[in-house]
Amino acid sequence: MSTSTAQRPAAGRSQTPPGGGARRRRRRPLLGKNPFGLLLSTPYLIFVLAVFAYPLVFAFWMSFHDYFFAAPGAQVDRPFVGLDNFREVLSDPAIIRSFGNVGIFLLINVPLTVVLSLVLANALNKAVRFRTFLRVSYYVPYVTASVAVVGVWIFLFSGNGLVNQILGPLAPDPPWLINETWAMPTIAIFVTWKGLGFFILLYLAALQNVSEELYEAAATDGAGKIRSFFSVTVPGVRPATVLVLLLSTVTGANLFTEPYLLTGGGGPNGASSSPVLMMYQRGIEQGSPDTAAAIGVILVIGVLILAFIQRKLAGGDES
Amino acid sequence: MENEMHNNRMARRLLTVTAASATAILALSACASGGASGDAATSRGPITIWYSNNESEIAWGKQMVEAWNTKNPDEKVKAQEIPAGKSSEEVIGAAITAGNAPCLVFNTAPVAVPQFEKQGGLVNLSSFKDGTAYIEKRTGDAAAQYKSADGKFYQMPWKSNPVMIFYNKDMFAKAGLDPENPKLATYDEFLATSRTLVESGAAPNAIYPAPTSQFFQSWFDFYPLYAAETGGTQLIEDGKSTFNTPDGAKVAEFWKTLYAEGLAGKEQYQGDSFADGQAAMSIVGPWAVSVYKDAVNWGAVPVPTSEGTPAQETFTFSDAKNVGMFTACKNQATAWDVLKFATSEEQDGQLLDLTGQMPLRQDLTTVFPEYFAANPAYEQFGDQASRTVEVPNVPNSVAAWQAFRDMYTKTVISGEGEIPAALDGAAAKIDKLIAQP
Repeated sequence: MSTSTAQRPAAGRSQTPPGGGARRRRRRPLLGKNPFGLLLSTPYLIFVLAVFAYPLVFAFWMSFHDYFFAAPGAQVDRPFVGLDNFREVLSDPAIIRSFGNVGIFLLINVPLTVVLSLVLANALNKAVRFRTFLRVSYYVPYVTASVAVVGVWIFLFSGNGLVNQILGPLAPDPPWLINETWAMPTIAIFVTWKGLGFFILLYLAALQNVSEELYEAAATDGAGKIRSFFSVTVPGVRPATVLVLLLSTVTGANLFTEPYLLTGGGGPNGASSSPVLMMYQRGIEQGSPDTAAAIGVILVIGVLILAFIQRKLAGGDES
Repeated sequence: MENEMHNNRMARRLLTVTAASATAILALSACASGGASGDAATSRGPITIWYSNNESEIAWGKQMVEAWNTKNPDEKVKAQEIPAGKSSEEVIGAAITAGNAPCLVFNTAPVAVPQFEKQGGLVNLSSFKDGTAYIEKRTGDAAAQYKSADGKFYQMPWKSNPVMIFYNKDMFAKAGLDPENPKLATYDEFLATSRTLVESGAAPNAIYPAPTSQFFQSWFDFYPLYAAETGGTQLIEDGKSTFNTPDGAKVAEFWKTLYAEGLAGKEQYQGDSFADGQAAMSIVGPWAVSVYKDAVNWGAVPVPTSEGTPAQETFTFSDAKNVGMFTACKNQATAWDVLKFATSEEQDGQLLDLTGQMPLRQDLTTVFPEYFAANPAYEQFGDQASRTVEVPNVPNSVAAWQAFRDMYTKTVISGEGEIPAALDGAAAKIDKLIAQP
């Protein structure tokens, strides 16, 4: 199924008219090449502006003011406070710890996601039997609500849960989710497992674009399966790898549901708290959206820096 | 090259559209800022109210609204359940900011009142001519706990769920303990009973309060016992923490022992540990009577104290839910009348009858003697309702409780560090928080 859909754009590209036609259209600058396309994309553009761009700009503004949510018409003073909110955030050990926690999370989650989804997508691409069944199996956790899956994981990773019963004397004490060392890695593994189906799909689509001839040429040169995986498959899906890296970093940095539900509010003792959980506590529960916005701004900057480094290292420019 | 130029043009166009839309959105949001008219306080007409979404409170709400609407066809009340959200407080907070809060919410948590007040969302009920007098007459001395820092009432004390120790009589009998007179009055007795329950295999855990980090969880482990140990002291009084004292340390040590000896579960439990037979005891209010009626053969005793305070002198946490009137209300005179109607003796009787929760009314057991005679299971809760401690009405109260909980999970549940030092640390942090506006 994915073979045919993935080939369509490739075929489309080969039919692109030569440069002459494009030059002619350049004389219509106002509405561009495809005015109808602009019209079609307008609703989404408005959505992005209203739901992402405006709140982001507003959050930046909030983080520099003494801000709290107030009733319309209420007389409230919201003075500019400079970097006070940032100072408060950066001097709070609980918030610093939450950033450290999400760092640990990303260190485990991102590489694991990239490696597992590529290996599994490659295997699925070659699987002949039960192909559809396996694809659906990997995708099911992704589409299942976290709230439902969290219950199963609490059951699996509790003190007398299935995992500890299998491990026997090797089981950690205290158990996984209330163990300061293991809580965050357990969450990272949970999130990897849950999101894997989506990333496998991305890689599966990318794999359809790796030419079979390259594998044949590698085989002619004497490359075995492992060698052709590293020499043909890995470079061949590099654009997808950049995307997977970026998406898993962005979604990982926004970690909230798992510490909120799986470890009961970032426990034990803040060992699994995340910046977004802290934002929720400060901004929504405790009525300090200004501090929450400062946490958010730091998070956004951190993610941008990470994304930049990833693009540089993974060769995103080539994509 | 050509692509680059095209991209640049596209980017410029996007920028223009972005700027235009952002301006439009900003302008729209600026338009949203408009105050409620000044004469809302004396205005009458239809109003909207929200009530809780549990079955018995819906039943109470519906009959109350019907009774009011029949008598007041010109000032009709429209009622609905509180919209779904992570918590009622979040939904109400968002409604205040949006300016579409209802006139009355019959599920306003006292801990959220300072925040709603700061948001400019709550009507000062003392500003009604008979406001303070009505509240103080109905609730008596206990009303003082619900006053805000300025001495005014921004909430109507409505109903409490004084928490007690529920115990599973079958498990007690299985462990060879007397199910009718359980030894649970002092800390030593409670610990000995707990050890017997777990060691005999009668129960996997003696008691299982949620060991998680949410700010409100301490209301159902530390706070009731602290109220009892101190004879009714709030966590914070006169702008200062009160718990970094020998009494506070005794309560914390008691819980720490339960956790350290494996008598209380440290892991989050999915479900109701008491109903599921995972714990022999639970700290709950009278709402649980109807819930556990068929599930557990239960009994109830007051929370323990170090020396074993007599039942008729034991304080506990109120777990109250109150009624707030919101500034977005256009017909506040009607809302005030509805509030008085909903908290009248007749409607309080209905509340008791339909929900088993205790109206915050002085001399409760003497006002409704027939109810308590017909429902003996509720009688001790009715008596307990006269000795309850509320969460302190202070600025940044949620942040204060979160600071307390963070200390508690680390020192008491996980057993890290020394209790007196941890209590001092949390007290210093809380004192700083509540001193901020």
